[in-house]
Amino acid sequence: MDLKNRTILGYRRENGRVGVRNHVILLPLDDLSNAACLAVENNIKGTLALPHHYGRLQFGADLELHFRTLIGIGSNPNVAAVIVIGIEPEWTKVITDGIAATGKPVFGFSIEQHGDHETIMAASRKAKELMHWASALKRTDCAVQELMISCKCGESDTTSGIAANPTVGNAYDKLYDNGNTLIFGETSEITGGEHLVAARCRTPEVRDAFMKMWSDYNDFIIANKTNDLSDSQPTKGNILGGLTTIEEKALGNIQKIGKKCMVDGCLIPAEAPRGPGLWFMDSSSAAAEMVTLVSAAGAVVHFFPTGQGNVIGNPILPVIKISANPRTIRTMREHIDVDVSALLRREMTLEEAGDKLLDMMAQTADGRLTSAEILGHREIVMTKLYRSA
Amino acid sequence: MAIQFVVHEKGDGVGVVTVEGVQAGQRLTGWIMKEDATIEIEALDDIPIGHKVALVDFAPGDTVIKYGIDIGKVVAPIKKGEHLHVHNVKTKRW
Repeated sequence: MDLKNRTILGYRRENGRVGVRNHVILLPLDDLSNAACLAVENNIKGTLALPHHYGRLQFGADLELHFRTLIGIGSNPNVAAVIVIGIEPEWTKVITDGIAATGKPVFGFSIEQHGDHETIMAASRKAKELMHWASALKRTDCAVQELMISCKCGESDTTSGIAANPTVGNAYDKLYDNGNTLIFGETSEITGGEHLVAARCRTPEVRDAFMKMWSDYNDFIIANKTNDLSDSQPTKGNILGGLTTIEEKALGNIQKIGKKCMVDGCLIPAEAPRGPGLWFMDSSSAAAEMVTLVSAAGAVVHFFPTGQGNVIGNPILPVIKISANPRTIRTMREHIDVDVSALLRREMTLEEAGDKLLDMMAQTADGRLTSAEILGHREIVMTKLYRSA
Repeated sequence: MAIQFVVHEKGDGVGVVTVEGVQAGQRLTGWIMKEDATIEIEALDDIPIGHKVALVDFAPGDTVIKYGIDIGKVVAPIKKGEHLHVHNVKTKRW
């Protein structure tokens, strides 16, 4: 595919960033505010509530991550406008102020001294105005280079490492040459191939930062483990699919960063990349946690290779599923957007598979809905670093 | 030529079965991707799609190589053609 000359139809936001969806979201600050957000979503058609489970009594780095994640989701260019609802006004204002830096419309409502009824009424009135405004925005021609792309695999099996992940890697190599901004992560699932990622780091400083993130995560696992993790990592699904050890899983996993592109920098969880290139984000390997974190970093299209058939989606980030496992393609057809099983039969080259994924990326950016979007998969899981106070 | 398993590169001790229904006694053709070569082996076990077939004999303590890299240690004897998985190979990391 000619990435330099192929344009996509995107939404250019107030800060210049390009999105491919146009959501008006109802973002709860905390678990207590989910009900009000869901009520507004029911009142005002076309809005999208993002219920989650945390936001109370968090502190320190864990609270900073909570704020960074919510502000990041609201700031994502796939979001046109935001209503934040919180139990009290002060932390609600932290989130609205953070999102307001993008220049997009954002309004906060708090429940204490108003109750759910008044809050829902006021937020619904504002949400209706925002839906009229956002629905009148038009897609315009944007360069493919302006898309921020993320990847994470799930319910991997051996076919992931042979075909589906190398397909993402081939697309990543091409997007890297095109000047796109790319994210990968899954810190624990690099275990066994950490030396290979370290060798791909652009500078000694990036390599040191990567190795520290990986070592810290590995130390945490070793400090808390009660067995060899063979009940958790690889997952039961991975093992059913033929993956035997974390090392084997990791070597398949890192096929997603291709053969050529270099790691240009490291990100803490939910942190936005500071420029084009390939960025490693310190992140959980659990699908919904990781995809939520990259949605907060600003990714607008996600590549998700799967072997056994992980069905994850995200509310604001279109998730494109790629699989090479012919049994999964047969039994879970409705979840798979890009079938690369022909690679296993030697009927397709990796170059062709990468281009097939890039074509689906461009179609998705133009507005085509992914399987996960159509099937209503809106998993959002906040990463929590430790217990609340 | 139709293939029933894939090997990442020459020197790997395992291949991955890429078709459903492989049975003990079946003659399998494999594709070594990196070198674009083919090999043949007889399966000694029924092996599900996605699962690995041993390409050489292994003894406990041996290292299994896939992608040209260490993927774990052997904990029970494995014969060439047998199913290699969690019952006879474990991680060295955790």
